[in-house]
Amino acid sequence: MSAVKNPNPALIVGKYAALAFYLIFALFPLYWLLKIGLTPDALIYSEGTRLFPSEITFSNFTTVIFQTDFVAYFRNSLVVSLGAAFFTTLFAAGAGYAFSRFVFAGKRIIIALMLVTQMFPLLMIIAPIYKIVAELGLLNSLTSLIVVYTAFNIPFATFLMQSFFDGIPKDLEDAAMMDGCSRFQALCKVVFPLTLPGLGATLGFVFTAAWSELLFALMLISKNDAMTFPVGLLTFVSKFSVDWGQMMAAGVLALIPSCLFFIFIQRYLVQGLTSGAVKG
Amino acid sequence: MEGKPVIDRAQKTVRPGETRARRSLYLQYMVEPFFYLSPAILLIGAVIMIPLIIGISYSFQSIELLKPFASGWIGFENYVDLWSDRKFWIAMENTLFWTFWSITFQFLLGLGLAMLLNTQFFGKKLFQALVFLPWAVPTFLSALTWAWLFNPVIGPLPHWLAALGILSEPYNILGDPELAMWGPITANIWFGVPFFAITLLAALQSIPGELYEAAEVDGATPWQTFTKITLPFLAPMIAITVMLRTIWIANFADLIFVMTGGGPANSTQILSTYIFTTAFRKLDFGYASTIAVALLVILLIYAVILLWLRKKLVKI
Repeated sequence: MSAVKNPNPALIVGKYAALAFYLIFALFPLYWLLKIGLTPDALIYSEGTRLFPSEITFSNFTTVIFQTDFVAYFRNSLVVSLGAAFFTTLFAAGAGYAFSRFVFAGKRIIIALMLVTQMFPLLMIIAPIYKIVAELGLLNSLTSLIVVYTAFNIPFATFLMQSFFDGIPKDLEDAAMMDGCSRFQALCKVVFPLTLPGLGATLGFVFTAAWSELLFALMLISKNDAMTFPVGLLTFVSKFSVDWGQMMAAGVLALIPSCLFFIFIQRYLVQGLTSGAVKG
Repeated sequence: MEGKPVIDRAQKTVRPGETRARRSLYLQYMVEPFFYLSPAILLIGAVIMIPLIIGISYSFQSIELLKPFASGWIGFENYVDLWSDRKFWIAMENTLFWTFWSITFQFLLGLGLAMLLNTQFFGKKLFQALVFLPWAVPTFLSALTWAWLFNPVIGPLPHWLAALGILSEPYNILGDPELAMWGPITANIWFGVPFFAITLLAALQSIPGELYEAAEVDGATPWQTFTKITLPFLAPMIAITVMLRTIWIANFADLIFVMTGGGPANSTQILSTYIFTTAFRKLDFGYASTIAVALLVILLIYAVILLWLRKKLVKI
């Protein structure tokens, strides 16, 4: 507790030991990924389990980037994740705004339905989705993935956006509307600029969720040139299951975009969840 | 802006009882919200709700893509098969084991981390960003990373476990039916602690500081402050988070699918991976949907019990 005045030395040692434990627990697996990715192939078997490699090389990374399909997987994932993040944020902003500012018939039912979508196993609809997508002739297309991911992420993103809108005083739009703006104009010119952190957090959240989705992508995509990163990496792993260095190098590469996004939005996300949680 | 139209407009909406104003009120409350809502509703309806209903109807049909001519309505036959399916009952037991141990460790470690982050120390911002990082790691990658860590050829864990005497020799626990489930559970704990820490930290920060000051004045021990102030304040948040997380973890198939694929000998098969492998590998959509409906019913029962418990506890 921060209020303790004369801290017991044992408590302090315990606290720093705990901090060290959490830090090591969180980072060690990622360090290991990087370490094996950097270890030269010849040394993997002799010192695979040593804490530090005696030599490092970037050849695994260059091989993965230049001699495999990973650049294509990367591009596909980027298209899908950015597309899903953009449309989800757009639609969720609209829905969150409606929940935050209007009282209307059916509001409770719609909120309840959105909550229900968060409860039931989404895998439940994997078979119907597959059939529908197949009948539309959209198997192996990135469009189908964007549509599916957008729908999946809208409910949570809506609640997130709603909590951001709730934090913006209603008077601001009222003032703008008094000055002759329509509500929509007021929303675009006054409210959106103020919710930029919220929009950023939602974008980042959906981006990471779409970037890591595996099972639906596995079901809907079977052609190599339409594979997203998770599907590609998994195929790669089952095909070349002894190329440890390359697999881990590919893993490190897959980590980069979501980590970048995470570092960028981390602050806002904690903020958003905090304000939402405190209010709720 | 020109002055006159603005005044006109203001008068139009402000004057009460007039038809114009009433219509705009009607528009405002009945139509306008749906202008903002409709894209979200349409998508959720088309991509989640309709397939959900179709999915439930699949559970009463025989739909195997590998046997296209054997399809049709078969009533409760799938459910009868399910009842006598040994794999289903094993998966049910595994789901309980997986969910219980995952949530217990995630919660305890998450609470510890939240309480640490609620104190002051040097480098806290950086520490927070780093310990939350596992949450940003794509789940398939967490699964692969931990699968590699458990591999004795390139991972250190089997050697450490053997050195500690937990394993008789460094072998891959993912291949041992007795222990395999602990592999995905470890990965799940690693991945899920930040989420609990974030939500509990938010709740901790909302506890008024005066309470702690008062407790200190009255000479309370840290343990007493924790059990008499912190826990009671956190309780509602804990209840909601644990309930939602339990459902989420019970549905969470990615880690297990990637790490073990449900094996060895179905020892890590949980209901959601069973749904996926039945749909994905066997292309038996009817039976996959039947398992899914069963999982849904179990989760519903769980939610109802929990809500009932909560109502009872709140009364007291």
